[in-house]
Amino acid sequence: MCGIAGLIHRGKSSNVGNELQAMLQALKHRGPDSTGYALYADNDGQNFIMRFKVGENVGEGSSSINEDESVYDKRKELVDQMLKNLGAKVIKEEKLTPYSYRYEMQYDEDLMDFSKKIESIESVEILSIGKSLELIKDLGDAQEVLDRYDLGKVRGTHAIGHARMATESGVDIKSAHPFWGYPFSDVSVVHNGQLTNYWNNRRMLENKGMRFMSECDSELIAVYLAEKMRNGATLEEGMKDSLSGLDGVFTYFVATKDSLGMAKDTMAAKPLVLYESDDLVAMGSEEIAIRSILPHEIDTYDPFDGEVKVWQI
Amino acid sequence: MANIKTNENKTKAQSMGLHSEVLTGKTQQKFFNPDEAENFYYWGTYDVDFNKRIDLDVNDLDCKEANKKIDELMSKGYGTIVIKNPQGKHSLGVGVLNKLNLIFEGSLGYFGVGSIDGPTVRINGRVGWSCAENMMAGKVVIEKNAGSCFGAAVRGGDLICKGSVGARTGIDQKGGTIIVGGDAGAFTGFMMQRGRIIILGNVGINLGDSMYDGTIYVGGKIGSFGSDAIESPMTKSDVDWIKRKLKVAEIGEDFDISKMTKVVAGKKLWNYDALEPTEKKGAI
Repeated sequence: MCGIAGLIHRGKSSNVGNELQAMLQALKHRGPDSTGYALYADNDGQNFIMRFKVGENVGEGSSSINEDESVYDKRKELVDQMLKNLGAKVIKEEKLTPYSYRYEMQYDEDLMDFSKKIESIESVEILSIGKSLELIKDLGDAQEVLDRYDLGKVRGTHAIGHARMATESGVDIKSAHPFWGYPFSDVSVVHNGQLTNYWNNRRMLENKGMRFMSECDSELIAVYLAEKMRNGATLEEGMKDSLSGLDGVFTYFVATKDSLGMAKDTMAAKPLVLYESDDLVAMGSEEIAIRSILPHEIDTYDPFDGEVKVWQI
Repeated sequence: MANIKTNENKTKAQSMGLHSEVLTGKTQQKFFNPDEAENFYYWGTYDVDFNKRIDLDVNDLDCKEANKKIDELMSKGYGTIVIKNPQGKHSLGVGVLNKLNLIFEGSLGYFGVGSIDGPTVRINGRVGWSCAENMMAGKVVIEKNAGSCFGAAVRGGDLICKGSVGARTGIDQKGGTIIVGGDAGAFTGFMMQRGRIIILGNVGINLGDSMYDGTIYVGGKIGSFGSDAIESPMTKSDVDWIKRKLKVAEIGEDFDISKMTKVVAGKKLWNYDALEPTEKKGAI
């Protein structure tokens, strides 16, 4: 059981950091292990934002092996050197925790090749690359992660998030959601459910050159959709295709720089409650997530089995 | 396994025809004894006055506190309780075992009004998953939509949703009536054993999958039939019964009942022949 939440403001920006925090905090009982945010922020759109980690959070509850923090600094230096070699120009860098960074940079070449080279450095993982996407995930509940990464001030148009209860993979950042839709900028995915044809799909996609960073079945959705889009499918086409291509039970959200989508498996085995109005769409695993930002009486509904919906900002 | 034998020393209950057998062996069964009726105490039930009305704001209460408060109010004789600001909280109004007018001004989360036995409930908003699960008796009316597993394992009473409901409505239903004014999702009536479901709108795939018994009436389109679910002709008594039920539900006043599709179990999945005679009797 995990909790997922998402919202999109149409035609305006809002304090999506705080709004998503409230929604995910309401779903904490569904997933206390880690929390992730994919916020589509009001950045200037000129530079790429790259968020990456050079190690794991080894705090309480973590399933990761403890490392000396000095190796983090060493890996960071290797990343800087690699960026220089690739011709990326770093405009601004922020150290967010001992193991994670946010870089603002300029880069004009192929992101897939770029990512492969950066991630060839031991234990380095790019959490996201995008011009508006700010993807943050870490151990702890929504409030703890919001405070740790100072997300309360983030304004933007839309966001998706995840409260994780680890089941088939470890309690660590690499298995936490959201997953970046590598190698596409500004694409992120959160998922509630289990995928039963993970390994078959993973082997097939790896043979096509796609990369997996974790052993979390949910990562497959991001890679699956990215591969479809790489071959020319629209987001909605890729999502509709996933209803038959992915086996198991799932409700998942996908976000791009200007859209938000949801898909539900053909057995409707996983919950989703949806509120839709002219200027706001909000959805979550439980009604209380939506009520946390819309306390007045509203009309909500459960999407049916096999339903795919995409909204634009 | 329990044995069944004829009881030669009849009790008053047996003389009244309430039952004719006793079980022996490891199975313990206590039959109702009218001689001891005055000694019976029904735990969690209260004598309430419907004219005694009170509002209860649960905005700052969690579900346990809210349910405890409802119980406390019933113990004081309040027969009409209006719940303000339910805010989608889970498990509100569960386990009410006596007559009561319970009104929710807002929406409920998961497992709302589960395991109730007798109250009349009106919910002005929507409900989440598994509303009225294991309901024994009473009437529940939801003005808006409902989530999946609506009326799971319902045993009696009328459960009405004026909007649309999610997947697996009436899963494992054992009795009573579920009425839906809008559409229903996949696997409606999944493994239902008894009771009836009325859907005025469309239903999703696998309708009545592995249903054991019971009846489903559908007014709109059917996505597909589930395993062992078959269509059966509508009779006049079906039409009359549905008409009466829709009147109780306050929906579908002008609905053309005669054009509804009636779905029942094909009974091809039944495996009674493999049972021992005593087990067969118990199963029936």
